[in-house]
Amino acid sequence: MILVNGKEIPWRKGMTIQTLLDECGYTFRMIAVWIDGTPYRNDQFEKVCIEDGADVQVLHMISGG
Amino acid sequence: MEEMRLLAEWKYEPKKLYRGYSKEFLSVDLGREDGAFSCDVLPVSEDMIEKFTGGRGFGLKILWDKVTPRSKWDDPENALVISGGPICGITQYPGTGKTYTVFLSPLTGQTYNSNAGGYFGPFMKASGFDALSVSGKASENVVLFIDGDEGVVRLFAWEPEDRNSYTVTEALHDHFAENEEDKRNISVISSGEAAEHSWWGALNFSFYDPRRGLPRLKQAGRGGGGTVLRDKKILALVVKKRNFSGTENNPADLSVLQKVGTKLHREIRQNDDVQCLMRKIGTAHLNLVMNDYDILPVNNFKFGRHEDIMEIDPVRYGFTQGYADGCWYGCSLACAKAVDGFELLTGPCRGQKVTVDGPEYETAASLGPNVGIFDPLWTIEANFYADHYALDTISLGTGLAFVCECFELGLITEEHTNGLELNFGAKDDLLELIHRMMDGRDDFANVVSQGIRRMKTLFADKYGADREIMERIGMEGQGLEVSQYRCQESMAQWGGYFLTLKGPQHDEAWLIFMDMVNKQLPTFEDKAEALFYFPNFRLWFSLVGVCKLPWNDVEPSDNRIRYKGIEAAKVPEHVQNYLEIYEGVTGKPLSREEMILQSERVYNYERIFNLRMGKGTRQYHNIPDRALGPVFPDEWEARSEYFDGKLKEAGHDPEGLPVEEKISLLQAHRRREWEKLVDAVYERRGWTPEGIPTIETVKRLGIDYPEVLDVLERRG
Repeated sequence: MILVNGKEIPWRKGMTIQTLLDECGYTFRMIAVWIDGTPYRNDQFEKVCIEDGADVQVLHMISGG
Repeated sequence: MEEMRLLAEWKYEPKKLYRGYSKEFLSVDLGREDGAFSCDVLPVSEDMIEKFTGGRGFGLKILWDKVTPRSKWDDPENALVISGGPICGITQYPGTGKTYTVFLSPLTGQTYNSNAGGYFGPFMKASGFDALSVSGKASENVVLFIDGDEGVVRLFAWEPEDRNSYTVTEALHDHFAENEEDKRNISVISSGEAAEHSWWGALNFSFYDPRRGLPRLKQAGRGGGGTVLRDKKILALVVKKRNFSGTENNPADLSVLQKVGTKLHREIRQNDDVQCLMRKIGTAHLNLVMNDYDILPVNNFKFGRHEDIMEIDPVRYGFTQGYADGCWYGCSLACAKAVDGFELLTGPCRGQKVTVDGPEYETAASLGPNVGIFDPLWTIEANFYADHYALDTISLGTGLAFVCECFELGLITEEHTNGLELNFGAKDDLLELIHRMMDGRDDFANVVSQGIRRMKTLFADKYGADREIMERIGMEGQGLEVSQYRCQESMAQWGGYFLTLKGPQHDEAWLIFMDMVNKQLPTFEDKAEALFYFPNFRLWFSLVGVCKLPWNDVEPSDNRIRYKGIEAAKVPEHVQNYLEIYEGVTGKPLSREEMILQSERVYNYERIFNLRMGKGTRQYHNIPDRALGPVFPDEWEARSEYFDGKLKEAGHDPEGLPVEEKISLLQAHRRREWEKLVDAVYERRGWTPEGIPTIETVKRLGIDYPEVLDVLERRG
C-alpha cells in the first residue's frame, strides 16, 4: 500500500508517478508530486518508480477561479 | 448614426499622474430627471490613499459618501464608481489593465464590485482621474464623454434605434475617432437593452482591435452594474486619450517595472505551453479539467461530469482563434479569445457574420453543461447575444439552469413560460427565452431575468410552485447566482462561495483542489485560515488594478519544488513581484503582511457597509442544499459508492437505507459542518458570531471612522 494525499492506494511493482496519476484520474497539468518529503519535477514523472509504503503528496496548484 | 445633441459641457485641467495617482476624481451627477447636471473634480485625500489604496477601495469610500442606509439600487444617489488603482495602466507587467466598478446591486441590495479588462480604466487615469463616479438619473438617454487630451467632459443626448452593446460601442468608436487609427484611443462602457428590464445587466468595456478592425468587449458582468447604468438612462461612458505611453503612471522607478515585467514575460513564454495554455486556449481549457474532477456544473449543478464532454473540447471546436490576444497593452499571458466569422442563426442579427468574444470558461460552462447543452455553436450564439443584450453570462446560465429544473419538476409549465418547453438541453426554446429577455415584453422572461431569488418568490406567489424545493435547488447566495464550479465536495469552497462579501463569485477564494483533492485543509482552523488569507490576498488585486490570472495561471518552474504545501499555492515569487511593482509605481515599500493589511481594511469596511445597508450578518450568508450535497436520488445514484462512503465517514451505515434517507442524513450532517465552518471563519476574521467585525478589529485596521463606529454601535 502507499498513501496518496492521506488515502491508502494499492501498490504494485513498477508503479511510476505517471501511472499513479493516470490511475487516480489526476489530469490537471499543474501538479506537484512529493514522495516522502522529496519533490519531483514533471519530467521525472514517467521515470520515477514509487516504493511500497511511500507517502505521496499530489498537490494540484490552484488555477482557474 | 442618429444625431447626438450636446446637453452640457465642462472643462477641466487634466492633472498628470504622479506615482500612480492623480489625487483627483471626477464626480458627475445627472440630476433627478430634471436636467440639473453637475460635474465636479474632487480631491482624493492622503487618508483615502492610505486606508483605501485605490480601485475597489476608492469605489467603496466614494459610494459610502453618496448613499444612505435607506438607498436602493434604483435611487438616484446610487452611483457607479469606476476606478483602476495605482498599478492600473502600466504596460511593463502582464495583466495591469483591470478596472473595478462599485455600486449597489439590484440582485443583492448591497455593495457589489465587478471588474473588467479593456482600456477604459487606464485611459481614464491618464485623463487625470483616479476614479469616476456617476450618480443621478437623466430624463433621456445620454452618453458621457471624457476627452482626456482636451480636458473636457461632454454630456450628449442620443436616441439610437438599437441600444445593444456591440451596436452602441461600434457607433461610438466611429463617432469619436477622427480616423481608423484614432479608434484605438477610445474606450466605451456600455450595456444593452436587456439591462433595461433584467437585474443581470452587464457592463461591457471596450478596446479597439486593429487586426480585426472592430471594438472588442470585456465584461464586468456580475451583480447588475449594467442594470444600474441603464436605470440612470446612460447609454455609454466614453473616454478618449491619445498617445498613451507606458509611463503614464509616472512611476517612482520604471526600471523595477521593466525588470520584474521582463522576468514574468520570460516565464510565460517558457511555461504557459506546459501549464495552463492561457495563450493558446484561454480559460476555456478548464472545461475538461473540471469534468475530470466532478466539478463541472451539469444540469443545475446536479452532476459534476458528463459523457459528452469532448463535444465542447475548446481545441476541437474553435473557442479560440489560436493566437495570443490580450485585452491590455503588454499582457503576454494574452488569454482573451474570440470566435471570428461566426454566422448567427437566430435573433435580430440572424445571418450576420460576427466576432464573438470568448467564450471564457464560465460562459462555456454556464451556457453549456449547466443547462444540459453540449453544442459549442449554441454556446457561442448564446454568448454573443448575452454580451450584445448585456446579460451576465454566469447569472444567465445558472438562472436558466434553475428554470430548466423547475420545468422538469413540474413547478412551472408551458402555461407559465408562454409556450416555451424549457427542459435541460432545449436549445431552441432557451435561446428564444434569451431573446425575449431583451425586449422586455414577455412577463415570464422578465421574471426570470430578475434572478433566482426573485424567481423563487414569484414562481411561488404567481404560479404556486413549491417554495421549499426551490430553496433547496436554487443556486444563489445573498441574491447572486453561483458561478460555474460545483462545490459540494469541498467544505472550504462552501465558504469560498457563501461566506463572501458579495455572494458566490469565485474571485474571493477558489479552494477546491487544495481542500478536496490535495487534502491540505483538514481542520476547520485550516479552512478558516485559507478563507482569511486568500480572500484578502485576492482583494488586493482589486485595490491596485491588476488581473488575477498572471498570479497563478502561470508559475515559476520551480515553484512547486521550492515551496512546500500551501505556501506553493500562494506562488511566493509572484507575490514578491507585486510588492516590487507596487513600490516601483508608488515609491512606497510594502511587505507581505502590509499587503494583507491593505486588503483587510477594505474587506472589513465593505462588510460594515453591507451592515449599514441592512445586510451583512450571519443570516445573509445562506447556502442552498444543492451546494452541500445531493438533493434528489438521481444525484446520489450517479456516484452512489462515493456518497455511501461519505455517509459512513459521517457516522451512518448506509446499508439498507433508502436513498432519500441517505440524502437526508448527509444533508443534516453537512449543514452542521457548515455552521461550524461559519463559526471558525468569523472568529479568524475578527468578527462576532453574528458575522460583524468587532470594534477591536476596526481599530486594529485603522478604519474606526465615526461613521463606521456608528454603524457598529447601532448594531450593538
